[in-house]
Amino acid sequence: MPWDFAPDRPIYLQLIEHIQQKIISGEYQPGDRLPSVRELAAQAAVNPNTMQKALAELERGGLVYSQRTSGRFITDDALLLQNLRRRTAVRHVNDFLQNMQTLGFSPEDAADLLAEHIRADRPQLPGPDTPNEGVMQID
Amino acid sequence: MTDMILKCSALSKTYGRKQALQGLDLELAPGRIVGLLGPNGSGKTTLLKLINGLLTPTSGTIRIDGLPPGKETKAIVSYLPERTYLDDGMKVREAINFFRDFYSDFDSTRAAEMLHSLDIDDNARLRTLSKGTREKVQLILVMSRSARLYCLDEPIAGVDPAARDYILRTIINNYDPQATILISTHLIADIEQILDEVIFIRDGRLIMQRTVDDIRAQDGKSVDTLFREVFKC
Repeated sequence: MPWDFAPDRPIYLQLIEHIQQKIISGEYQPGDRLPSVRELAAQAAVNPNTMQKALAELERGGLVYSQRTSGRFITDDALLLQNLRRRTAVRHVNDFLQNMQTLGFSPEDAADLLAEHIRADRPQLPGPDTPNEGVMQID
Repeated sequence: MTDMILKCSALSKTYGRKQALQGLDLELAPGRIVGLLGPNGSGKTTLLKLINGLLTPTSGTIRIDGLPPGKETKAIVSYLPERTYLDDGMKVREAINFFRDFYSDFDSTRAAEMLHSLDIDDNARLRTLSKGTREKVQLILVMSRSARLYCLDEPIAGVDPAARDYILRTIINNYDPQATILISTHLIADIEQILDEVIFIRDGRLIMQRTVDDIRAQDGKSVDTLFREVFKC
């Protein structure tokens, strides 16, 4: 399946985020070798030059490093990976707050609503014998 | 500065009273995948035919890797025309052999692999294939050459979305980073993400040549959206 892209932002930025997401989710493990530019470009169905640009950016940030003959690898620098997770989480929080603002909620109101929602949901959280996917339920 | 693979200067083509191209200036660098976009009748097919020496300019010049269209440039330009020119009584295998005999840069193994992964029987006659499958065969032939410049005129118009994905992947997989691919199409949204840059033409004139990521970063919109705005009827 080709990867999905939003229409309003540069594709290479979205490729960077997509690969970061794969690192955070564990699909790419620390120290893993990345597929070649061409393979990744074909997977995503994007221009190889664009994929190259995204990988060069990731390399600049240190998340990916290249070894001259054997290809590109995911960093195993735990601090860097922790920072990436944190930065991504902050981005999601910002998106959430921004969306709430368009609905007329101040950040404080949004936080209250979120806390309330979590409290209200707590009784439904799975007991020892409830199947695990219950955890993912949001509404 | 790299040498341009394609250079058109003040290129004009007139059919009787109709001006198909009016002083078009265009340069393409090697190693790019370029979308040639414009409304119906804007001159896209005329430009591709001029590049391939099927038409001669009324005025102006075309240089492909520094040379005017001719025998030498046909050896380095691979062209997918709007309509097929293959004899439909031919078998797929015969079409492959035909291309192999004609073009020294044709890779029969690559063609066979692509036919196989699309489940196309090389013993079938072209006439017996569906329109979409014939288009796939034609594209496979064109992409199996190791050309410097590929000119694809509406390569994905007749095929279903799943095959479209395959074809785009085929283009990416077979693409030599030194080669340039010029693709004319109306299906912008489908190919936008494989393009480096786009050319908009209207009434035979170049009105824009920009990179896709530049359009997205500066205008905050996709090429498809921009196209709809620029060519709004």
